[in-house]
Amino acid sequence: MTLIAKNITYRPDEEFHLNDISFEMNKGELYTLLGRTLSGKTTLLKTIAGLQPFDSGVLLYDDQRFDKLPVWQRNVAMVYQQFINYPHLTVYENIAFPLKQRKLAARSIDEQVRQSIKTVGLGGFENRKIHELSGGQQQRVALARSFAKKARIMLLDEPLVNLDYKLREQLRDEFKNLFSAELSSESILIYSSTDPLEAMQLNGHTIVMDEGRILQHSTAKDVFENPATIKVAEITNDPVMNTMRGSISEQEIVINSDFKLKLPDHFKNLSPGSYIFGIRAAELTIHENGIPFTLEFSEISGSETFLHLENNGVSLVALMEDLVAIDAHQKLMIDINVDQMYAFDMECQLVKSPFQE
Amino acid sequence: MAKIELKEVAHTYHPQAEQIDYALKPFSITLHDGRRYAVLGPSGCGKTTMLNIMSGIVTPYSGRILFDGVDVTQKPTASRNIAQVFQFPVIYHTMTVEQNLAFPLICRKVSSDIIKKKVYEVAETLNLHHHLTKSAKKLTADQKQLISLGRGLVRDDVSAILMDEPLTVIDPDLKFRLRRTLKEINEKYKTTLIYVTHDQNEAMTFAENIVVMDHGSIVQSGNPQELFEKPHTTFVAYFIGSPAMNMYSCSIENDKIKLGQQKLKLDYDLNRLKSKNIKLGIRSEFITLGQDQQENTIACNIKNDEDFGNYRLLTCHFDDLEIKVKINRKEQINADTISLHLPPDKCCLYENDVLVN
Repeated sequence: MTLIAKNITYRPDEEFHLNDISFEMNKGELYTLLGRTLSGKTTLLKTIAGLQPFDSGVLLYDDQRFDKLPVWQRNVAMVYQQFINYPHLTVYENIAFPLKQRKLAARSIDEQVRQSIKTVGLGGFENRKIHELSGGQQQRVALARSFAKKARIMLLDEPLVNLDYKLREQLRDEFKNLFSAELSSESILIYSSTDPLEAMQLNGHTIVMDEGRILQHSTAKDVFENPATIKVAEITNDPVMNTMRGSISEQEIVINSDFKLKLPDHFKNLSPGSYIFGIRAAELTIHENGIPFTLEFSEISGSETFLHLENNGVSLVALMEDLVAIDAHQKLMIDINVDQMYAFDMECQLVKSPFQE
Repeated sequence: MAKIELKEVAHTYHPQAEQIDYALKPFSITLHDGRRYAVLGPSGCGKTTMLNIMSGIVTPYSGRILFDGVDVTQKPTASRNIAQVFQFPVIYHTMTVEQNLAFPLICRKVSSDIIKKKVYEVAETLNLHHHLTKSAKKLTADQKQLISLGRGLVRDDVSAILMDEPLTVIDPDLKFRLRRTLKEINEKYKTTLIYVTHDQNEAMTFAENIVVMDHGSIVQSGNPQELFEKPHTTFVAYFIGSPAMNMYSCSIENDKIKLGQQKLKLDYDLNRLKSKNIKLGIRSEFITLGQDQQENTIACNIKNDEDFGNYRLLTCHFDDLEIKVKINRKEQINADTISLHLPPDKCCLYENDVLVN
């Protein structure tokens, strides 16, 4: 049994906030909404929660009209970007609050609250007031409250975005285990993020959104390996996938007059003509037999180095797996791993990926 | 532009308290003209206090601030010629892009032809010159942030541009673009840029020099490579790099260092260590897949194998200890166990949490 959206559209002014959204989500599964800010992720989550009206389309839960139900009958829990808790209550009371509203037996409330506190790692903090907690702890309280509710749909709207980098890293690590342990076969978890790494790590179903539309809906791995369009490849890669216009002719990839590449095996069946080729930054290496590029500048990111390269109007970014200091404005020979190349048509639709049979 | 010196600066928000509770413990630092700095640390480490002392929003409890040798400790923000960029874009919504950029100059009664020239030049650098007549509120988040920055750049008298988490509201792929522009500006205008962030990735990407702070103290100042390869304290080892450096409490047995049941040989005279509090750290990037009989090789069980797109992260166990290793995405591993080699020159040794080798 499932949550089904059919052709949901919301267009309050001339701009689409949601544009013909359709999906099916199964119980017991994790879904990641991946997209940039203003791509419609939050609007979609609010629509599911019942906090946001829409113009046309239907939302079904177990074949019943879900969109006709008022918010309080939907049994949905939502965790926001901002840490939203009851500031005057303790950690324990915060988590117990929705259960008390539901008038559950005191004993079962206590059991569920203690269980959730344990799950999110807040044992010992039961009697603390919210303002005595760090941001990360506050977000754990919000998370525990939604777990304790045992809601049938849990919506997490970029819950880590306002946390310190290191904490984000730690929680992201914990989330995956937490979700697989806590996600009962009865509930659906929907998690929104702008970060492709996060989507990869959560490793659930991934729905890529842009400008209010769903661009692709598949597994995290498939979306990464076989992006349906260039836009999806941009959203699912950090740094974004390099693209360059060129053509296939006579067993060669021609980018420009002095920039030609060997045709890889997986492109052998493609018809000659114009394409947009895609290659990830990690597939470029410095190699004496490569193609000459000018290094515009290099930058270190975390534990990697990005090289910004240029050849006759073709700009590429290469990712080196360690920290290297290279002076800018020099020539570098760059090898492009053609076996990992993508071909898109001139409408930016995927024609061939290195992962397709 | 100016050289900024902080001499024996310290700050407390409770000067009346009997025992001084420092938000910023006494320190001295010189920020050189025309360079890019990042001040990096977790929430509450004192980095914003430091920034506010430079800009004059906070007057320090003790110590002096010099701009190009001139004492400005008691001077208000307005007379320090500092430009600031905050987390959220601060723009005049009712004005066009051009009017926004011209505003600081109009306030300073600069002649209109100079304004026009200067505004266009800065707009061109920031790639905003096609939007000059547009209403500022119609721009994207990163463009709005560029306007905030541009208002600092149009002035010739700016000593430094201070930025407090300026990329918080910007999507990952736009961050890339904005960082690039910041660097170009730094090269073109030789502006001293000071950038405060909790995000080690951003700091490493942006800055030539990173000042790492923790609990009100500067714990290390250096270039990204130094911080990554030889972190001075176990805190820096944890905070820089993703994942954090693998770190183990160890003991000494003869000329070897012992972690769990494993013995490693390092190029360091272990007799020089006086304390019992010895730790060994190694980055997940520097561990290689080894052969069984090789020295400094540990046999581990693989607990987790995560695909992050650009790389894979293995989480392995030995003697109840956990070790994380970054490997190539395409690496084939067909067993549950693996031999990991820890190169001695890449191991960092800490005595009382301070680097010794």
